[in-house]
Amino acid sequence: MANAHAIATHGADGRPLFHDAKGEHHAANGTLLGFWLYLMSDCLIFACLFATYGVLGRNYAGGPTGAELFDLPLVALNTAMLLFSSITYGFAMIAMQRRKKAPVLIWLAITALFGLSFVGIELSEFAHLIHEGASPQRSGFLTSFFALVGTHGLHVSFGIVWLTVLMIQVGKLGLTLENQRRLLCLSMFWHFLDVVWIGVFTFVYLMGVLP
Amino acid sequence: MSASHAHSDHGHGHGHDEVPGAPHVSFGGYAVGFILSVILTAIPFWLVMNNVIASANLTAFVILGFAAVQIVVHMIFFLHLNSKAEEGWTLLALIFTLVLVVILLAGSLWVMHHLNTNMMPMSVHDMSNMP
Repeated sequence: MANAHAIATHGADGRPLFHDAKGEHHAANGTLLGFWLYLMSDCLIFACLFATYGVLGRNYAGGPTGAELFDLPLVALNTAMLLFSSITYGFAMIAMQRRKKAPVLIWLAITALFGLSFVGIELSEFAHLIHEGASPQRSGFLTSFFALVGTHGLHVSFGIVWLTVLMIQVGKLGLTLENQRRLLCLSMFWHFLDVVWIGVFTFVYLMGVLP
Repeated sequence: MSASHAHSDHGHGHGHDEVPGAPHVSFGGYAVGFILSVILTAIPFWLVMNNVIASANLTAFVILGFAAVQIVVHMIFFLHLNSKAEEGWTLLALIFTLVLVVILLAGSLWVMHHLNTNMMPMSVHDMSNMP
């Protein structure tokens, strides 16, 4: 690209070097766009798991079906937990925009509690299923179910670890530019997991109990 | 090192204490997104738990529609997606990913459905002799 602002000089080996003197082609925010691209690749992982579930989801191998196993009120409660954690993270972002450290930490702590209840409810659901003999190795349906829902649960768990680390960082160093950037990345990660969960509760749980 | 610092300080017109490109968030935006999400979540659960629609296929179709709308709501109000962020690259990356996801999902389901339909039926005797 020909650029009037670029100054061409020559390096030691004779190849031209271009300096962007006015900074016009400096990405406005490389980190946020880069993190978004990571989320898109993560989206493809989930798409593969959804496709696997779509193919194997009705292969019960004579074992229990989704209609027999899924406890929809519990799934609704879990969905509520994740949705509440989304809005509380939003409140933390509003507080961050106003540079108010204490409310940021409080809202992050509440978000972590909702996240922990989500993971707790999911683990108790898994334990209950395995106790009833509906373990991942029982049928193709259960293998793909545990792979998809388990991967989502792992993402949420790591999100809580990240959240805790950031709370310590913000507590020690305050709302520095770096910490703001990290909180913005985690915000995208957290809301992205909520988007994936919409797919999970619709495609796996709700459609799983339909005849 | 000092030269690059001077560049980044003068390069763009944002304040020093704000991440460049950070979305402007408001209570109203999150509140609207949350209320819409609650409604769009409650209706599919109600439809399925109370067997409101007799046809299972139609129910599946309707709740998938609600899920699609809710995903758009989350993208706009929670992920602050718009066509201007990062000069449109965020949206472009999302559209590209969605194309891949559609190919992946539709292709897998289509191929495997036809495979299931066209395979020779297997008897119990065949199954017991499988390696």
